[in-house]
Amino acid sequence: MKLLRRFFIRLSNFAAGRRADQRLREELAEHLAFQTEENLRAGMSPAEARRQAVLKLGGAEAIREDHHAEQSLPFIENLLFDLKYAARMLRRSPGFAFVAIATMALGVGATTAIYSVIDATLLHPLPYPNPNELVRIEDDLPGVGAQDVSVSIPEWKDLENSGIFQYVAIDFFGSSNLTGSAQPTRIAAKVVTPNYFAMLGVGAQLGRTFDPGDNTPGFNLEAVISDGLWKRAFGADPRILGKTVRMDNDVYQVVGVMPPGFRDQGKTSEERNTEAWSAAGFAAVPFPPALRNSRFGTAFARLKPGLPVASAQAHIDALVASLTKQYPADYPAQAAWNIRLIPLAESLVGDDRQSLILLFGAVGLVLLISCVNVANLLLARASARGREMAVRQALGAARTRLIRQLFTESLLLFVLGGITGFAVLFFARKFLLQFVPESLPRLNEISISWGVLAFAIVVSIAAGTIFGLAPAWLMSRLDLNTTLRQEGRGSNGSRQRSRLRHALVIGELALSLVLMIAAGLLLRSFWDLFKVQPGFNPSRVTAIETWLPVPNDPKTDIYSTATQEAVMLREVLRRNRTLPGVEETAVGDRAALPLGHGKNDLNMSPLIREGQDVQTSQPPLIDTSFVSPEYFRLLGMALLRGRLFVDQDLEDTPSIAVINQAAARTYWPNQDPVGKRVRLRAEKPDWTTIVGVIADARTESLADAAIPQVYLDIYQRWAKDLAFFVRGQVDPATIAAQVRTQIQAVDPNLPVFHAETLNDILSSSLSVRRFSMEMVALFAGTALLLAGLGIYGTISYVVNEQRREIAIRLALGAQRGTILKMVLRQGLTLAAAGAGVGLVGALIVSHLMAGLLFGASSIDLPTFAGVTVVLTAVALAASCIPALTAMRLDPITTLHSE
Amino acid sequence: MKDKPDVLQGTLALMVLKTLDVLGPQHGYGIARRIEQISGDILVLNQGTLYPLLLKLEHEGSIASQWGASDNNRRARFYRITARGRKQLQTETSDWERTAQIIERFFNVKAEELP
Repeated sequence: MKLLRRFFIRLSNFAAGRRADQRLREELAEHLAFQTEENLRAGMSPAEARRQAVLKLGGAEAIREDHHAEQSLPFIENLLFDLKYAARMLRRSPGFAFVAIATMALGVGATTAIYSVIDATLLHPLPYPNPNELVRIEDDLPGVGAQDVSVSIPEWKDLENSGIFQYVAIDFFGSSNLTGSAQPTRIAAKVVTPNYFAMLGVGAQLGRTFDPGDNTPGFNLEAVISDGLWKRAFGADPRILGKTVRMDNDVYQVVGVMPPGFRDQGKTSEERNTEAWSAAGFAAVPFPPALRNSRFGTAFARLKPGLPVASAQAHIDALVASLTKQYPADYPAQAAWNIRLIPLAESLVGDDRQSLILLFGAVGLVLLISCVNVANLLLARASARGREMAVRQALGAARTRLIRQLFTESLLLFVLGGITGFAVLFFARKFLLQFVPESLPRLNEISISWGVLAFAIVVSIAAGTIFGLAPAWLMSRLDLNTTLRQEGRGSNGSRQRSRLRHALVIGELALSLVLMIAAGLLLRSFWDLFKVQPGFNPSRVTAIETWLPVPNDPKTDIYSTATQEAVMLREVLRRNRTLPGVEETAVGDRAALPLGHGKNDLNMSPLIREGQDVQTSQPPLIDTSFVSPEYFRLLGMALLRGRLFVDQDLEDTPSIAVINQAAARTYWPNQDPVGKRVRLRAEKPDWTTIVGVIADARTESLADAAIPQVYLDIYQRWAKDLAFFVRGQVDPATIAAQVRTQIQAVDPNLPVFHAETLNDILSSSLSVRRFSMEMVALFAGTALLLAGLGIYGTISYVVNEQRREIAIRLALGAQRGTILKMVLRQGLTLAAAGAGVGLVGALIVSHLMAGLLFGASSIDLPTFAGVTVVLTAVALAASCIPALTAMRLDPITTLHSE
Repeated sequence: MKDKPDVLQGTLALMVLKTLDVLGPQHGYGIARRIEQISGDILVLNQGTLYPLLLKLEHEGSIASQWGASDNNRRARFYRITARGRKQLQTETSDWERTAQIIERFFNVKAEELP
């Protein structure tokens, strides 16, 4: 308390400092006058009177100093003084200040920009209360190579009863056909267990969410809608509660409207924008019987408060072990069933994490290079100011005081740079955000917030501390005698200093080489990926999606059999074929849409081969698509053996399938799969005969060559999520409307959405890759520029330092060419050392990023060689300018001026 | 070596306050002179230290100052005690008296008087 009060008194004194000092001086003078007068009266001579008065008063200066030291804050005062001085020094050399501040602005600005992306995507907590308690529950069957295979209802019950969760909820994301308004619309909808919102911990803005205690086994016919849907479809009707909506022909009663800011959790932006939720117990019609091996839906849970994920995982491992023992038929040992708890925030970012971390690493290197560059500039200035430092030290300045002042100077530079970088970023944020791919999760939440500002400031201060202290320390370490004796020409710097400068330039070159190689590898893999033969022909193909309603009562479903659905499909295809410009049409389910679907739409079936013992081995899961016969021809997928589907294959003819080469290789090695029989549904005994093998196509991911796939005839098995394909010379802008007209002419209740050309889908599937490639390339370019500047600065400095020597050599008859070679050799030596160190670093980094590469190996010789050549060329070019200056040196003028 | 005692730390403020209390407004030189006089010239001040003290006391609100003219018509800053200063003087006086009493008892203590 007292300390605090004293601090405030001191602080106010600090502000009023000059006045108090002034007064003290006046009073002391006045006192002297009084005393002198009195001494005079006592009969002393004027000089003696004054002397005695001064003696009696004591040291006036010392008194003032003491008073000052006691009454003010010397630290802050010195700091302000140093800052003032530093600002003056910077103003005196505006060129240096500009270059240093711009370099730092670049480094800090770029780092802050990437940080703001990472802040929003990786670090930002989920928009739910206590987000750390939320986990995603992932079931894996590593024994059969299946990951994230969803949860079954009995397992869900087991998890609920495990005692470590507050809530375990299941969600099933899909589409719903919202009818009733002018145009049937397809909305993103979720079927969830009634405890879903309780699990997230979010309430409704109007009405209520589902009752977590609700035990209805099937649908409870209540709906919660999003704020967006409420405003768009219902005009923000305040009496919406209790009204009904028709989704997939079922009537639901609206019980609640979610708040405007609410975003659902999910891996895709589509899922995060879910607009309607319905609740179900997943245990009665229309859901399949609750068997342990009938898996669907994704499980999420909220852990009991304070329970760490790791210990919850231990509980779950024990539970899995006991269930495996209890139900050996459902969990065969070779499937190696296990459950993983993944923090929800982590699970949502998933695949982009690696790219983002790579970007952050890259930008970190750029920052490091900027710092090194500025440190180098500071060192160069040190030599110019050696004399100043020596004089100040000779006059009695303490070394710590000098360090402090130099340090303040560099810190000021770094912080000014950081603030400039942040300001540029802040004003350019709208412009910059355009370049971020839309598929990045939580893109909308990227913002330049206070946290980001704090980050920028902390980074610049940290950088300033690390990279400002060493030059300050070295600068203050002078040999007074030598420095002062080198009259007029400043110091030529200690050996130590020049060694440090060289080390810094080498480091800079090495870092930029690492970045450039990383960029080169990414560029190569992107190029390879871009050039890869996808195995299908995406050109001039447009896909348009629709969704057949799935009413909760199968009896009211007009598309409940493949035959019923086939009538509609064939009619739509016939009509589409008549559209102008259309050459070919086909239909498939969403899983058949190449590259255009998220994980949600994968359709995995167990592949049971005839003759395989189901009891002892768990069947593998295989990627399944439903397509019409024209599909393969439309996409140009080549038939290798057997036959494709034909129009004569119908629901009541024998069930047939086409597989790709990867499936043939994996499941029938060294055999002819044509004619083999498989079962694709565990619960149904019907056999499907494989009739054909097609060439592999990268329809799942451009980067993965061969994923086993099986295609079924859509006229034999129904599918609800459909994509119509048209190929031909069509106008992408109008084709969607034309197809919509045709589809709705057949069934006016069908929504039509998501018209996109396959080329667009293909290109957006590469967007995150492209983004990180472009960014790293940009950073590498920046790094190269900075490294070039660094080597230029160092060589210029060296030349300047050796001016006298060069002049003498020239005067003694040295060839100008020799001088040029001498300087260039110095540049080349630095470049070679930098490249050597950089290559080692690049090898390490390229191994770390192997997962992000495609095609190109992480030791891609052309990339490594090419980048090294480029770096050396830049280093040589940068040393050329000072080398030419050295060569053209006029020995007479130089020697005269020294 | 020293034949005249230094001012005990912290007591100078008390002396200044008492002087101002008894003698009314004084300028700095006057205060210094008076303190020496009152102590019977036993006490010799390092007079310079008086002024930082005056500033401090004024800052704390125990004394106030204003410009005025001295006896011989020099411009000088006159200090006077404030109400707050009087209160401070009172507490410090009684503190001192108590301390002095205690010390005195120790000086007069004899072995046989203690139980």
